[in-house]
Parts: sequence; C-alpha cells; structure tokens
Amino acid sequence: MTKGDRHNLFLGLLFVSPWLIGFVVFMAYPIFASLYYSLCHYSVLADPVFIGTKNYTNLFQDSVFRKALTNTLIYAAMALPLNMLVALGLAVLLHHPIPGRGLFRTMFFLPSLVPLVAIAILWSWLLNTEYGLVNHLLSLVNVPPIDWLGSTQWSKVSMVLPTTWGVGGMIVIYLASLQEVPQHLYEAARLDGARFWRQFWHVTLPLISPVVYFNLIMTIITLLQVFIIPYIMTKGGPARSTLFYVQYIYDTAFRFLRMGYASAMAWILFLVIMLLTLIATWATAKRIYYSAD
Amino acid sequence: MRIFRTHTAVPDSESESIYQILRFLLLLFFGIAFALPFLWTVSTSLKPLSETTKMPPEWLPRTTIYKAEINGTQISRAEVSWTPPENRIDPTEQFPADVDIAWVRPHGSEVAYRAVPKKNLELQGRVIDFRWENYVGAVHAIPFWRYTKNTLWLCVLSVFGTLLSSALVAYGFSRIQWRGRDQLFLLVLATMMIPFPVIMIPLYSLFRGFGLIGTMVPLWLPTFFGNAFFIFLLRQFFRGIPDDLTDAARIDGCSEWRIFWNIICPLSHSALIVVAIFKFIETWNDFLAPFIFLTDQEDFTLALGLQFFQSQHGGTDWHYLMAASTLVTLPVILLFFFAQRRFIEGISMTGMKN
Repeated sequence: MTKGDRHNLFLGLLFVSPWLIGFVVFMAYPIFASLYYSLCHYSVLADPVFIGTKNYTNLFQDSVFRKALTNTLIYAAMALPLNMLVALGLAVLLHHPIPGRGLFRTMFFLPSLVPLVAIAILWSWLLNTEYGLVNHLLSLVNVPPIDWLGSTQWSKVSMVLPTTWGVGGMIVIYLASLQEVPQHLYEAARLDGARFWRQFWHVTLPLISPVVYFNLIMTIITLLQVFIIPYIMTKGGPARSTLFYVQYIYDTAFRFLRMGYASAMAWILFLVIMLLTLIATWATAKRIYYSAD
Repeated sequence: MRIFRTHTAVPDSESESIYQILRFLLLLFFGIAFALPFLWTVSTSLKPLSETTKMPPEWLPRTTIYKAEINGTQISRAEVSWTPPENRIDPTEQFPADVDIAWVRPHGSEVAYRAVPKKNLELQGRVIDFRWENYVGAVHAIPFWRYTKNTLWLCVLSVFGTLLSSALVAYGFSRIQWRGRDQLFLLVLATMMIPFPVIMIPLYSLFRGFGLIGTMVPLWLPTFFGNAFFIFLLRQFFRGIPDDLTDAARIDGCSEWRIFWNIICPLSHSALIVVAIFKFIETWNDFLAPFIFLTDQEDFTLALGLQFFQSQHGGTDWHYLMAASTLVTLPVILLFFFAQRRFIEGISMTGMKN
C-alpha cells in the first residue's frame, strides 16, 4: 500500500464514518442484541435471563402465532398479485400519449402520499357497512351490503384494498422504465406483425423485467410488515382474522412486555422475508433480462 | 413533466383506434376509482354530523331546512337538531311528556337552539351547506397546531441530519478510491433488507437505558448517521459527475472537504432536494417509530395524534375524522404540487440501476 493509498483509505473512512458509527450502534448492535434476546426471557424492566431456544420451541406451540403467520401470508398472497397487476397495467395504459395523461398520472400517484394512518381511517369509513361509499356503489348494481370489517371472510380483503389504492409509487417507477425501452424495437415488432399483446409480452416485459423484480421484492417486504392499516381498521379482529405478524410482535413486546419472545418472532419474520425473496428471485431468475450496459 | 418524452404513436389501423378508446375508458374508470376516496373524504369532512349517515349519500354537503312555529311565531329556513344540542335555551313552558321535542334555530346562525314540538315542524327543502367549522372543531380536538409544531420540528431535524450525513457518506463511497470501498458498500445495501421489527426491541431498550423513551431523540438521532437508501441514491448521482471537475481542484490543492462542499454539493442540488422531500414525507407519515418511542401525549406527531383521536372517536364523529385526515394529508399533497417534477424524478431514480 502506497502512501497515497493509505491517505485515500483514511479519507474514505473519514467520509463514511457517520454511516460506520450508525451501523455499529443502530444496526449491528441491535441485530446481535435481538438474536441474544430471542434466546432470553426479557421484560425490559429486568436484565435478560438466558433460556436457550425455548422461545422458538414455544412459538411452534403458540396457536396465535400460527394464526398471525397464516393471516399475513394469506393477505400477502391476495395483495401481491393484485397490486403488481394494477400497477403494471395502469403504467402500460398510461405510457403512450392520451388525452388527460398528466391528470391520470397525478390521480394514480397522489394516494401513495397519504399518511398510512389517514389511509386506514378513510378506508374504514369507505368500507363502513351501513354508510360506506363502497357498499353504496355496490347497492347501485344490486349487491347486498357486505360486512367488510366485521366478518371473517371479508376482513382480509378490506386490508388489501387500501394498499392497492397506494400503488402510485410503483406506477411511476414502471413509467420511467417503460420510457427506457428503445422505440425501434416496437417498430421492428410491428413490422413483424406483432399486435399489442405480443409486443407487450415479447418486447416490453423482458426489457422492464429488472424493475418488475425490484417492485416484486419491495412489495413482498412491505406487505409482510403491514401494521398500521389493520391496527387502526380492525385492531386485529374479528376473531383475530386480521391479526397480522407485526401487530403480534408489537403486542407481545410492548403490551405484554415479552421482549424475548417478540425478538424470536421478529427473527422468524426476517427468515420468512428472506425465504420469499429467495423464492421470488429463483422463480424470476431465468426471465429477468439485463441489458448489456 | 419533461422526463416523460412523448412520441407520436400513429394509429395504423382501425383496431388501433378501438384500442385507444378502450385504453381511455379503462384509464377513466381507474382514475375515477382512485379519485373517489379523496372526494368522499372531503365531502364527509364538510357535512353536518347528521348528514354523514344519510343513505343514499349525497356528494355535495346539504342540510334539510324546516318551517317551525314557536309560540305562534313562524321561523322560516330553520335547521333542526333531533337530540338536545349543547348550545340551547331550555324551554320556559313545560311540554307535556307525550309531545316529541326537536330543537331549532335559523339556518346558518350561531344563536342558541330553541325547543319546538315536532308536530310544529314543516319540511321546507334542502340547501347546500358546507360546514367549514368542522375543520375548526377538528383542529381543536386533535390538537392540531401542537402536533404540527412537533412534527415540523422532527421533520427539520431529520431532513437536516439525513442530508448532511447521507451526502458525506455517499461522497466517501463514490468520489474517493479506497480499498474495500465497494465491498463495504454492499453492506450498506444489505442493511436495507433488515426489517424494522428485528431491531426495534434492542433500540427501545438501548434508548431506555439512556432515559430517552418519551423524547424525540430516538426519532431523529439515527438520521444523523446516514440512511442506506439515500446514500444509495446520492452515490448514483455523485458517480455521474465527471472526474475532470474535481481532478482540477485536487491538483490545485483543494481539500476533499472543499471539493465536497464547494463543487459536488452545489452540482447535486437537484438530487439533494429529492432526498429532502422524500425524508420530509417519510418523517411526516411515519407511525411505528413514534408509536413506540413517544409516550407523552404532548409530544405526539400528527400521524400519532390522528390515530389517538381515531381511537377515541372512531365509529362516531366521521365528519371530524375526515376533516382531521384531510388536514394531515394536505401539506404532503401541496408539497407534491409544488415539487412535482422532483418527485417523479426521484421515484424514477429508485427503480433504476438495480
């Protein structure tokens, strides 16, 4: 290492030192502490007491934990395809010039800026059984009132709709990537007689696939950590049908002060996220096209 | 917005134009679907409480007015309260127990309600009635100004901390060559994968050890140590600045700090503004961290205050809840309209180069 190299190393580390310190204090330490707590009985009021893997073995016996996990997975399985399709679909519809395009784009994007607390409150009003707009609109086409938030078969669907309303960020990301698709490829496809659907399937989708993958992973991570919307709209009810994973962690840690048990749950959540990310990566690996540059 | 280059799509057949019409109709359908929740919120926020539960609902807030007869005098265009309102003059005459009573006052006035037997009321019609005072009521009930002050203060600290630290760190990861730099940067990216629930319990106990639970410190202090996502964003931007600009300065003996501060930062102001806007909105909307770290109602942020208000009034005062939600959302929406282009650029950058 030359003197210049050493000097640069020193300078580089100096500039990144805020992150290094923050990483150690606010990330690395909490990760190890969380791992340790997950092996402890810990109420935060007293020092943690080591109990080995008991928290983890208890989790597998805990029917509420299983309920929270399956609820979250079912919810994600409903919301993920819907949100991905709506976002990509609207972006494709918006991509080419059309009257009112700017207005439509603003309309689709604005809901994603609304604070989640406000989203949850206004959707619980929209989905109100007696006075809500959704049931009113359904009644215009002769659908009897649906007990959106009070029945176990609809409660999870009610948590999906607010997130679909907020896909505007994804739409903007898709629009930017659609812009990058070289125009001559469409012209070539058109000369070959490819219509809209085949153009989309053989030109658009492969070229924006890295962005689809990015949105897919981000959506999975966000959906599995949903907290505010069910917490405000139903508090986990009815019959725990909207008790989702992070709410159970929150309740366990901060209401029942079982921090060790909650830490174990948080680690399982991390593993589930990792696992699903890996599955998504593996499932899409062959279809993702990275351009040469 | 300039970044959306438009290109002319020439419809080359009849089916193309049918496709265009279909596309427009689909967009119109979804556009209306996305707009309705906003309109519904604002509409409810301007209604008298009794009108919020009227079916079928009306989009324009209205009130029913009545003709009423009190002690032989006729009152025209009176508004009616079917339950005893707070602001009322108790009747001097005693009504018999079997007479149903309602309370009336001239529509649009602030005077006290007076009792009248229901049989003396005659339906007169419906008038448009925007209840702006719902907003006054919501502002007092939350309390809005106190929480706005808390939230703004937190936003200022967080935006400042994020800008300063993330720009410095991004500079270190992009404009200086040093051994291990790119490997360490992978670690920065990896931290984005850690869900907040994994670290929130140790963070809580860490801050508790320093007696900082119930203060704003746990919310803004970490922002002064760089944010992985914004470091990533700024690094992308810094890397795009040509080396010639800084090499010349380096030969002239400029220190790295002066290159950072006098050359790179001014050149990157658009990216820095994007970071500031994003961080502002993230802080404004954040819920889980304030929910865990703030304990005193006096210190609540707006998002937290709104949730607290909802937990006490949910299911009844829909007009106040909608007014409060509108107030909390409005600053973010206004910010969007002022900085529309930056928003779109910033979000577009997010999905790129992954």
